Amino acid sequence: MGADFLWTTFTRLLGALDVTLSVWALSIVLGAFIAAGITWMRGSGVRPLVYFAKAYIFVFRGAPLLVQLFVVYYGLGSIPAVRASIFWPFLRDAFDCAVLSYALCTAAYQSEIFRGALAAVPHGQIEAARACGMSRVTLFRRIIFPIALRQALPAYSTEVISMTKATALVSMVTLWDVMSVALKIRNDTLVTYTPLIVAGAIYFVLNYLIARAFIAVEHWLSPHLRARPN
Amino acid sequence: MPAADAFALTVTDMHKRFGALEVLKGVSLQAREGDVISILGSSGSGKSTLLRCINLLETPDDGVVTVAGETIKMRKTRDGRAEPADRHQVDRIRSELGMVFQSFNLWSHMTILENLIEAPIHVQKRPRAQCIDEAHALLDKVGIGDKAGHYPAHLSGGQQQRAAIARALAMQPKVMLFDEPTSALDPELVGEVLRVMRALAEEGRTMLVVTHEMSFARDVSSRVVFLDQGLVEAEGPPSDLFGDPKSDRFRQFIKKERN
Amino acid sequence: MNWTTALGFGDRSWGPAMVEGAVMTLLVSTAGLAIGAILGSLVAWAKLSGAKFAGAIGEGYAALFRGLPELLVVYFVYFGSSALLTAFANLVGIEGFVGVPAFAAGSLAVGVISGAYQAEVFRGAFLAIAKGELEAARSVGMGRWLMFRRIIAPQVLRFAIPGLGNLWQVALKDSSLISVTGLAELMRESQLGAGSTHQPFTFYVAGGALYLLLTAFSDRLFEFAEARATRGMRREAH
Repeated sequence: MGADFLWTTFTRLLGALDVTLSVWALSIVLGAFIAAGITWMRGSGVRPLVYFAKAYIFVFRGAPLLVQLFVVYYGLGSIPAVRASIFWPFLRDAFDCAVLSYALCTAAYQSEIFRGALAAVPHGQIEAARACGMSRVTLFRRIIFPIALRQALPAYSTEVISMTKATALVSMVTLWDVMSVALKIRNDTLVTYTPLIVAGAIYFVLNYLIARAFIAVEHWLSPHLRARPN
Repeated sequence: MPAADAFALTVTDMHKRFGALEVLKGVSLQAREGDVISILGSSGSGKSTLLRCINLLETPDDGVVTVAGETIKMRKTRDGRAEPADRHQVDRIRSELGMVFQSFNLWSHMTILENLIEAPIHVQKRPRAQCIDEAHALLDKVGIGDKAGHYPAHLSGGQQQRAAIARALAMQPKVMLFDEPTSALDPELVGEVLRVMRALAEEGRTMLVVTHEMSFARDVSSRVVFLDQGLVEAEGPPSDLFGDPKSDRFRQFIKKERN
Repeated sequence: MNWTTALGFGDRSWGPAMVEGAVMTLLVSTAGLAIGAILGSLVAWAKLSGAKFAGAIGEGYAALFRGLPELLVVYFVYFGSSALLTAFANLVGIEGFVGVPAFAAGSLAVGVISGAYQAEVFRGAFLAIAKGELEAARSVGMGRWLMFRRIIAPQVLRFAIPGLGNLWQVALKDSSLISVTGLAELMRESQLGAGSTHQPFTFYVAGGALYLLLTAFSDRLFEFAEARATRGMRREAH
């Protein structure tokens, strides 16, 4: 045992990283699109849309992710109407269910991040752009979006890291991610600490790299916030 | 041709209310080319609102704005409010008016140079190289040619406002609107901005300036308009108004501003 | 059986079990938050005191538990504490496997994670106390313990309420992961009900709805607490 076991555990867990990262990446991107829609609805001023957006955010931020995941994976699959629909090939697949469920959940958080970032764009700079005759599209593209993006980065980094941690839950719906492989190793070998510690180390390093990457992007996009060059 | 065509800018009978408060109660104004009009008044008199209604940052409830012979088309919404009838026309007319704000409003994520070329390239669709050359020339003209690659946060207030003036000039505007351009500046920085504005006036630019700087109003403008409680209370060349004020309220106003 | 019977309060119905699960969720989350408060204030104190070593340990603990998946921590605490307890029990002569009660392991796991975030809430809350108030306390001769009890602690609690409100919501949601230990909290009851009646949709939606109820109710509670705690601080219109 010892060093050998450590090494095999490590390689086996690394092998499961692709499942973890695919769920993570796909759900964040899909979630971003859904979030854009929710944010738009929230800010539209049209009452039914605003209520829907607020309700959506309340439900998907208030209920535990595990419950949401089980509703989609176990719950939807038990409804005859769903099984007969065109969506069944997707909803039958654990991976697709996980991505869908996670996307719906992160969309609620991302939507609030987007909303806060848009609100933080200084109103005067928007007026200056309008006073130049910028159309609404150009105004959004050249002024509002770039400034809001920079405002959103810190909170977005936190959400992305939350999502990496959340991927561990797919072990509960038959997907072979890092967490489930670690549990399997423990079950097979009855060694408790090592697989969990190695898995923990992998997640920790992953999150550390993500945090550093965001800091680097923030730094690159903010020369205007750094000290005066001389 | 109707008389309006001879003017660079006319405002006819402008009304604006915010809720129950009527801020502009029927203000009219004409600016010929080369006019430098100072708009004076105490806070609440409606002077900033007047300027912001001209380029439709606020929507006037009533009244007509004509820029270089072109009238901004307005219509009423279903609930009786006024709104511009043609958004593209508004964008186009705005690109012919250059506005300078009290708080500069430079775009913080862009360098000074990028601030200047942004609208000429993306709104007026002029070629990039030409815009860059003109921007450099304008920055030299206002005295901050060496700051082109800096970000607004790295400049002093006076430098930022001069950059903002250069940004407005970069649009080659027909009329320039100044909304209290020196009110947010430390006293020692006010002079450098007023100098630039004076140079523009001497060039023959058409300028509407809402200001508290009496020296500018008296020495540089060709006409002074005094707004009081939403109406034009006094109007005329500075020598008339300052030399022999016929309006009591204007007299009181000048006395207060002096102290 | 149809869903109203399944969730109702009749003979073979799961209504009572779901409600009990919700109560258990509240209990274990509260215990977790309390453990987190103890750990969090210790870490905040270590960082604020300027003691290098203690501060570094605190920082390390916080960084560790902010970077690990919550599910992993639950498994680790549950399996790990049981293994520890078993080893200890074997030492003193008790044979076989000794499991740590699921409630203890679950609340410890939630608490250890919560503490990592509560540290930052308490630290920020302390820093928000106007320095002048502390100087005033010292200048009237208040001893350190008295100052802590009468000036620091109440103020820290007041400033910490918004942050704690958030972390409470997080604890409620994290507690659903304790279901893997078998603890009869809301998630586990939903699973059992779903399995027994073969109506997963009904039970997981119902479970979710109950979590939302707990969340909404807690929201109000924290709003009320914040309003009361900040009375006299807001400027009223005259």
